[in-house]
Amino acid sequence: MSYLGYPDFFEPYIKRVEQTRPARVEMRRKGKEFPLMSLEERQEILKYHPDYKEEGKREIKVGPCKGYRIAHEFVDLLEAKSRVDPDKVDLTRVDYETDVLVIGGGGAATIAALIAEENDAQVLIATKLRHGDANTMMAEGGIQAATKGEKDSPYYHYLDVMGGGHFKNDPDIVAAFVKKAPDALRWLEDLGVMFSRSPDGRLEAMHGGGTCRKRMHYCADLSGMEIMRTVRDEARNRQNIKVLEFSPAVELILNEHGRCAGALLYNLETEEYSIARARAVVLATGGAGRLHVQGFMTTNHYGATADGVVMGYRAGIPLAFMHTVQYHPTGVVSPEQIEGWLVTERFRAEGADVVNIHGEKFVNEREPRDVESARFIKECLDGNGVPTPTGKVGVWLDSPVIDILVGKGRVRTAFVGKWKVYDRLGIDISRAPMLVYPTLHYQNGGLGNNVECETAVPGLYVAGEVTGGLHGENRLMGNSLMDLVVFGRIAGRNAAVFAREKAKEGQLTLDHVRRYHKELEEAGIVTDGVAPMLLPDYTSPEVRKRQLTVSYLGTLR
Amino acid sequence: MSAKKKDKSSAETMVKKEREVSKAKLIPVHIMGKRYDVPEGLTLMKAMEYAGYKFIRGCGCRGGTCGACGTVYRKPGDYRLQVALACQKTIEPDMHITQIPFFPANRAHYEFADLTSAPEEVFKLYPELFRCVACNACTKACPQGIEVMDAVSALKQGNITVAAQIGFECIQCGLCTSRCFGELVQYHMFQLARRIYGARITPRAEHLIEMTKAIDEGRFDNTLEKLRHMSEEELKELYRKREEEPVTAGEDWRPKDKTYL
Repeated sequence: MSYLGYPDFFEPYIKRVEQTRPARVEMRRKGKEFPLMSLEERQEILKYHPDYKEEGKREIKVGPCKGYRIAHEFVDLLEAKSRVDPDKVDLTRVDYETDVLVIGGGGAATIAALIAEENDAQVLIATKLRHGDANTMMAEGGIQAATKGEKDSPYYHYLDVMGGGHFKNDPDIVAAFVKKAPDALRWLEDLGVMFSRSPDGRLEAMHGGGTCRKRMHYCADLSGMEIMRTVRDEARNRQNIKVLEFSPAVELILNEHGRCAGALLYNLETEEYSIARARAVVLATGGAGRLHVQGFMTTNHYGATADGVVMGYRAGIPLAFMHTVQYHPTGVVSPEQIEGWLVTERFRAEGADVVNIHGEKFVNEREPRDVESARFIKECLDGNGVPTPTGKVGVWLDSPVIDILVGKGRVRTAFVGKWKVYDRLGIDISRAPMLVYPTLHYQNGGLGNNVECETAVPGLYVAGEVTGGLHGENRLMGNSLMDLVVFGRIAGRNAAVFAREKAKEGQLTLDHVRRYHKELEEAGIVTDGVAPMLLPDYTSPEVRKRQLTVSYLGTLR
Repeated sequence: MSAKKKDKSSAETMVKKEREVSKAKLIPVHIMGKRYDVPEGLTLMKAMEYAGYKFIRGCGCRGGTCGACGTVYRKPGDYRLQVALACQKTIEPDMHITQIPFFPANRAHYEFADLTSAPEEVFKLYPELFRCVACNACTKACPQGIEVMDAVSALKQGNITVAAQIGFECIQCGLCTSRCFGELVQYHMFQLARRIYGARITPRAEHLIEMTKAIDEGRFDNTLEKLRHMSEEELKELYRKREEEPVTAGEDWRPKDKTYL
C-alpha cells in the first residue's frame, strides 16, 4: 500500500504538508517570504554545519600546508604513498608526446582542451573513465552570469559570490570571474548549447541561494549535461585533440628545471603505467564526493576521489579552502533507490517550500547552501525532522507548490529530469513532496592558484572543482558551471602559450615523489595506503572478508 | 590510524548503511548467467556491487544522467530482451542481466563553423538516417522515455527544431542504437540537431550581447577595481544593502538603485 507512491508510513506526514499548503501558497502569492537571516544569524546557525565539527578534522603532517586542519578523509589520502615506486619508473621511455596534456575529462578539462587547440597546441586528454564522465554532467541547476543590464551587473554578482563564501574568497579571482562570465555564456551559445529562453531569444533566469538578482541561466534541469555533451562533441571534431579514456594520471612528472612536464598514466584495464610528456599541463580532475566525508551520502560522480589534489600537493602546490566542503541541502533521503541524489536548488528558486514534520516553514529557501544545510540539520536535531521507516530523517521539499503557483505542468516541464526519476518509482512530484537531507556535493577548496590559473609549479595550470579560491568557504549555486567555463578557457589558453613560448625541455623526474615519501617517513607516518584512490569500493563487507588472495598472481586478483 | 584503515571505514559505513536499509529478503539474480542472491529493492548496479563486482566500465554518475551503464536484461518466462540503465532499474527475482559498457557507434566528423541550419546538413553527415524502417524499437529501448522514433522522423522531414527538442533529454547511453534495425546512431544525430538548433535556429540573446559589449568597453572596470581592494567590513556593508529581486518578480522588475548597473 502506498500514499502518492510513498510507503504508507509517510501518509500522516504527507497529509500534514497538504494541510498547510494552501496557507503557504497564499503567503507566496502575496510576495511574502520567510525572513532571510542576517550575517550574524548565519554565523550562529553555521555551528550546526559539518565543517564546524572539529572532530571531523585533523592536522596534516606533511607537505606545503603542514599543520592545516582538514577532513580526515583528505588527510588520509595526502598521507598515503604513491601508487608506484618512483625508482621503478623508466622516465626515458616516453609513450605519448604532446604540447598540452589535459588531465581529466569533465567540463573544465574539455573546455581547456578546446581553447588550447585553438591556440595551436596539440592536445592530449587523459581521463579516468569515459570522456564526459564527471560532475559537470550531473549539474542540474544552472549557470550564473550577470547578463541583464537593466537590473544586474558584475558588481552584484561579485558581492553575491563574496557573501556566499563568507568574504574569504580570493578577490582577484572573483573579479575576473564575474567580468568574464557573460562572455563565457556567449561562447557556449556559439557552440550551440540549448539554453532555456523566451521566443525572442531572451535567456530565462532565476534566483539561486544567496543571489540578489535572478541571474541563474539554465537548460531545463539538465544544464550541466547539455553543456558537457556540447563541448565534448566539439572536442571530438577537433583533429588535434586526442583522448585517452580509462587512463587516469597518478603522478605529475616534473623536469630538471622544476617545471611540470607531463604525467604518469595508469591504464585501469591492463594495469600498465605509461609516460605522457608535455610542454604544459592542465590539471582538471574535479572533486571528491566519493570520499564520503564524515560518512555523508553524496551526489557526486563515481570518479570524484580528489586525485588532482593528491598529485598537485605532492608536487608542492599549497591547498586553499580545503577546510570547507559543500553539503547540498537537498539530497534525496527516500526512496532508497535514489538515496543521496541531488534535487536541484531550482525547485526552491521556483517556489517549492521547505517544511518540517509539522508542515511548517522554518527557513527561507534561498539562504546560501551551507546556511541552508546547517539549518536543516538543526531542525532535525531539534526533533522536527520527518523520520523514515529505516531510521533516517529528513525535511520536506514541497514541490507541488510550484504547479499551483506557476501553473499546472510546470514541474513536469521545468524539472523533466527529476520528474522522470521519481515517476519511474511511482511518485509524481507535482503532487507529492520530496524528502530531503544535506548530501556531500562539492569541494569548495582545492589547489591554490591565481587568476591566470597558474600554480606554484611553472607549466602546471588548474581549473574547475580541483581549484580553491573563487568560492571561498562556500560556493553558490550556478557558480561551478560558470567557474569551469571561465577558468577552463583561461587555463587552456595559458597552457598553450606556455607550451609554445616558455616551456624548457629537460630531463624528466619524479624526485618530488621521493621527497614526499621521505617526508612521510620523517613525520613518523607508517602506512600501506596508496593514493590517488581512483575509484571507491562498494563491495559488501561479507564479500571482502572472503577475498583471501595473499598476493596477485597473473590475471587473478 | 593507518590511512588504509580509515579509508575503508568511510566506504564501509556507506555500504553498511545500505545494508541496513536492505534488511530485506534476498532474491536471486543472474549476472552474466551466474546466480547471486542479493537484497531486494537494490538497483541493478548496487546488486552487482553487492555481489562483489567492482566497476571500471559500466558505472558513471550513478544518477541516470551520464549514460555509462546501459544494461540488457531478460525476465523469467519472457522471450524478450529488455534494456535499462543499471543505476536506475530495480532488480526483480531471477532477472538475467549483462551490461553494454561501450557501443562502437559511428559518429560523423564536421566543422561546426561551416554548418548551416539546412536539413541537408544532417542528411549528408548521416545518410543512414533513411534506413529507418519505423519499427519503433528505439523508442521502446529509451530509458529516458524519449519518443526517439518521432525525433528520427522529424529529422527525415528536415525538421531540426523538433528533433532537437524531443532529443533534449537524451543521455547518449546508446541503447536505442543497440536495438536499431537500420543501424542508425540516433544519439549522435540528436547531438548534431541540438547544436544546429541552439546556434543557428533559436534567436540569440540581445541582452547578453549588450552586456558583453559594456564589459569590453570597460564600464565596470573601476567598480570592480574598488571592490577588489575593499576591506571585509566595507564589503559586508555593501552586501547588506543589496536590493533583493523578489522571487515572484517578472521580467519587468527594476531595482531602485541604478548606480552600479
